[in-house]
Amino acid sequence: MAKVLMKGNEAVGAAAIEAGCRFFFGYPITPQNEIPEYMSRELPKVGGMFVQAESEIAAINMVYGAAGAGARVMTSSSSPGISLKQEGISYLAGAELPCVIVNMMRGGPGLGGIQPSQTDYFQATRGGGNGDYRVLVLAPSDVQELVDLVIEGFDLADEYRNPVMILGDGMIGQMMEPVEFKEREKRELPPKDWATTGTNGKRKPNIINSLYLNAEDLEKHNTYLQNKYNKMREKEVRVESYNVEDADVVISAYGTTARIAKTAISKLEKEGYKVGLIRPISLFPYPYDEFNKIKDDCKGVLTVEMNTGQMLDDVRIALNGRVPTYFYGRTGGMVPTPEEIVNKVKEIYGGAK
Amino acid sequence: MAIAFEKTRGLTDIPTHYCPGCTHGIIHRLVAESMEELGVLDKAIGVAPVGCSVLAYKYFNCDMHEAAHGRAPAVATGIKRVHPDNFVFTYQGDGDLASIGTAEIVHAAHRGEKISTIFVNNAIYGMTGGQMAPTTLVGQKATTAPYGRDEALAGKPIRMSEMLATIDGAKFVERVTVTTPAHIRKAKKAIKECFKVQIEGKGFGIVEVLSTCPTNWGLTPVEALRWLEKNMIPYYPLGNFKKPEEGK
Repeated sequence: MAKVLMKGNEAVGAAAIEAGCRFFFGYPITPQNEIPEYMSRELPKVGGMFVQAESEIAAINMVYGAAGAGARVMTSSSSPGISLKQEGISYLAGAELPCVIVNMMRGGPGLGGIQPSQTDYFQATRGGGNGDYRVLVLAPSDVQELVDLVIEGFDLADEYRNPVMILGDGMIGQMMEPVEFKEREKRELPPKDWATTGTNGKRKPNIINSLYLNAEDLEKHNTYLQNKYNKMREKEVRVESYNVEDADVVISAYGTTARIAKTAISKLEKEGYKVGLIRPISLFPYPYDEFNKIKDDCKGVLTVEMNTGQMLDDVRIALNGRVPTYFYGRTGGMVPTPEEIVNKVKEIYGGAK
Repeated sequence: MAIAFEKTRGLTDIPTHYCPGCTHGIIHRLVAESMEELGVLDKAIGVAPVGCSVLAYKYFNCDMHEAAHGRAPAVATGIKRVHPDNFVFTYQGDGDLASIGTAEIVHAAHRGEKISTIFVNNAIYGMTGGQMAPTTLVGQKATTAPYGRDEALAGKPIRMSEMLATIDGAKFVERVTVTTPAHIRKAKKAIKECFKVQIEGKGFGIVEVLSTCPTNWGLTPVEALRWLEKNMIPYYPLGNFKKPEEGK
């Protein structure tokens, strides 16, 4: 299929429809409004349904209803709206319902701003709502990858019966790039025999639920969920690496920030610096093992984020003190420049190449 | 021997957890019988709330969702949009529907969601131990209103049926009670009429059922029934607030 030029947010919608998503429940918030707008325009053309909910809370609970009823369903929002959805996300995880949730992150805390940020890393990768749960978190760094991950996200959600979060930022949502909707392999997915469709008098009632009043039962349920998350840790780690083994400094960054880091790395290489990159694509599960490839005498791992240091925690967990860690971040919608990263890397080098 | 009476197929055999004298049991039965008699039980998908009837998903013999507190109408919206030909209902209490879930119920009605809501109003938070509800009467004592509900502090109790009846998308709104056999018969008639509004695709319907909470009111079951009639009905008048016009 030929490439088409698409804005990130619209590409999310197109990818979802391509993946068979026919239901979307959302609420307006900048900078992701093109997603609900696109879905309201395009879903009716394919026999789907768009509902503008009265709030993000209602939207995610509509997702809970539709997902439990067996549909491929999506919602999207940006940081403050994603906070409101956390109640529902916790219930979705508890009741093991598949869905795709898109967060085009903006600056915070509170109402913050409408410019791009990566301030919801902790919230996304540590569950976000109440209870001990995880969602699969995928962080695209260009519009093509955004499309691919949204499409794959629906399959992953169905395979694991778990919410999948696409963690983008305002920049990737607003950026236009050529994308291709590639032919993809049909994945074998488990049947949704648990969905509420009406018994038709032929089976026992299906119940969508996250309540376990008996402590033993709830612990059993939690253990089962943790085993599922462990399976994700084994099978669903996605990472892009560049020159990690030889690098004197390794940059770790995801999403938009990783693109900027790549520009910085090519500038540094021209000046003779040996700089590698670890770009986590799955933020949960996190590619901890990739950091084992870094040599012991590496001068340091520089984490770059549009926040004050959140993924930095995972980098430290991965390195476990073996190599020094550094951080460079901008906040509030300020985006790091390649020059800023170049300077930080040179600082870590301490003048001697 | 001829069978004179059978329990409705709409309820499971699981014993309920409700307190002695609580009217949830009667209301469950009316809802279940109505679904069975209207022939929609096998395509029914119910949504249980958070509150005393949190475990309703175990008692209704049909597919069920357990929703977050107050969100049942949003969950039901998601289900109904996916399965427009199924029968979708929510069963909610007054804390759930009239406090934390006001936005969800108002907007489900406003969109004219083709779902049916059973709203059980017992003027108190039962499950959590008798706290003041938005429907607690002025002067009525609750664990968070130990001196009685003070209008100056908490306002007057909210009348949901009257409010919802003003919304175009709400096609059937009726308030009933279950304190006597005659009231129970009327309640069942209202529930069936409400369900028919959904079955016929006309829009949103709600039946508010004034209910007792002997445990948290500190009364015997019989005293509680009489207290309801004496105190609740004057503030929450029974009757139909809205139904589809004949032939429409």
